[in-house]
Amino acid sequence: MTSVLRAAWLIARKDLRVEARNREIAYTTLFFAMACVLVFAFAFVVEGQPLADAAAGILWVAVTFSGTLALGRAFERERQSETLRALLLAPVERAAVYLGKLFSLLVLMIGVETITVPVIGVLFGAPLWRAPWLLASLVAAGTIGFAGVGTLFAAMLVRAQSRDVLLPVLLYPIVVPVIIAGVRGTAAIFAAEPDFAVAQSWLAMLIFFDAVFVTLALWVFGPVMSE
Amino acid sequence: MVRLRGPLVAWALTLVLLAVSTVTMIAFQDKGFVPVKPGETGQETLPATPLVFVAYAFVWVALLGYVVLLWRRLGRVERELDQVRAKLQGRT
Amino acid sequence: MKQLPPLLLVIAALMFMRAPFLIDAVRYESTMGLVQKIFYFHVPAAITTFTSVFVCGIASVIYLVRRTRTADHVAVAAAELAVLFGAIVLVTGPLWARKAWGVWWTWGDARLVMTFVMWMVFVAYLLLRRFGGPGSEVLAAVAGIFGTVLVPFVYWSVNYWRTVHPQTTVIKTLPPDMSYVLSWCIYTFLVLYAALLMIRTRLEAGRATLDDAFLALED
Repeated sequence: MTSVLRAAWLIARKDLRVEARNREIAYTTLFFAMACVLVFAFAFVVEGQPLADAAAGILWVAVTFSGTLALGRAFERERQSETLRALLLAPVERAAVYLGKLFSLLVLMIGVETITVPVIGVLFGAPLWRAPWLLASLVAAGTIGFAGVGTLFAAMLVRAQSRDVLLPVLLYPIVVPVIIAGVRGTAAIFAAEPDFAVAQSWLAMLIFFDAVFVTLALWVFGPVMSE
Repeated sequence: MVRLRGPLVAWALTLVLLAVSTVTMIAFQDKGFVPVKPGETGQETLPATPLVFVAYAFVWVALLGYVVLLWRRLGRVERELDQVRAKLQGRT
Repeated sequence: MKQLPPLLLVIAALMFMRAPFLIDAVRYESTMGLVQKIFYFHVPAAITTFTSVFVCGIASVIYLVRRTRTADHVAVAAAELAVLFGAIVLVTGPLWARKAWGVWWTWGDARLVMTFVMWMVFVAYLLLRRFGGPGSEVLAAVAGIFGTVLVPFVYWSVNYWRTVHPQTTVIKTLPPDMSYVLSWCIYTFLVLYAALLMIRTRLEAGRATLDDAFLALED
């Protein structure tokens, strides 16, 4: 078990080092998230006022879209240098490869969210400091759910045709519960009359989703990548 | 012509059918509707007949259309298989 | 055994022929009137859709673990049928809703939304198989498995979301005469489903044999 975690950490560290050198994915993902916020702001701001729950919705849309892009870019990089095959041939458990890729993607996405969430707070007057730990937990749990399924799907599509469009087509319906829970939980915190109990229920559902789907992905990763 | 693993599949499907229908019967014990009492009339604001007609028509067209589609594709595949088999035998 | 699918089709056809008479004869429901009768096909279609989702999930697991080709053929067939019957649910539902609730669609009905999401998952499955290139059978199996495991999560999340919304339908107990017609229609749909599943699986197996034969021809 610890050898799997150690191998996963090595893989993640490799990815993070590569990313730290040129920061291509980090910058582009961050600014794509900003671009999403901008575009959706025009859709959901009426007469200068954002519609109710717009901030929550826009946050999760930005996370979803920028996350999809990050997933695609991360695995495209692997594909171009054929390093994914090298990883799979290496004498490590398949689970370690999955966990390593997942961890490096999580670091990236949470880094992007650390900037995006405050920006949304400023642009939409959303009360971020009302329940900061609850909000952070919601965002983190939702990101884990999205990235957990996304890492598996992006990895398995690496050698498929039409992979760029097939990733969101496959991924988005599966993460619908994450989006619902994330948006409704965040909206419950940001609302004029916040309901923290509801937000906590949504957090519980997110954690349950994460547990089930990351476990499922771990189990499936080996058989599906052994081609 | 390729065959399914016949009896096993048939039994499996029969069991699935029985299981699903039993569960549904139980589930639908406490879902439902209240029938009209004789002599009661209602207000019609939106004609229901075209909606019902379109709904049922869609179901029939979809199902029949799919059955026809399957039958055609099956015929085509069987024909092509016969052709290829003939060619393969002609070779040996 | 080869005769079973056509036999089932004939049985289903006969049952389908009786269905309209049963549906026509049954009493109207008090609040919704004529339009409620859509329910006699809408509900069986929904049951069939989720049965097919379940079949696809199981077949996908078997295929992923054992790589038996028959499991893959069944999975494709089940996915296609889930899309077909799901489409029936998603068309008949709004037609009924328009009259019964006044709107074509409501995000508050957990079952309709759930069917929509599942329909999308299995359309994605079919797109993956069609456009994913070689080796997409295994990838599709993963999609099938995830789709099936997803069902309860979508239901719970939409349901919990819905509790904040006003109730859209008030449902009471089903009297025996209506229950009989509903059961008849459910069995009809399921018999038809069994027949279609077998035929579609056989078609897929035939295609696979054809591909193998073409390859043998090229050698």
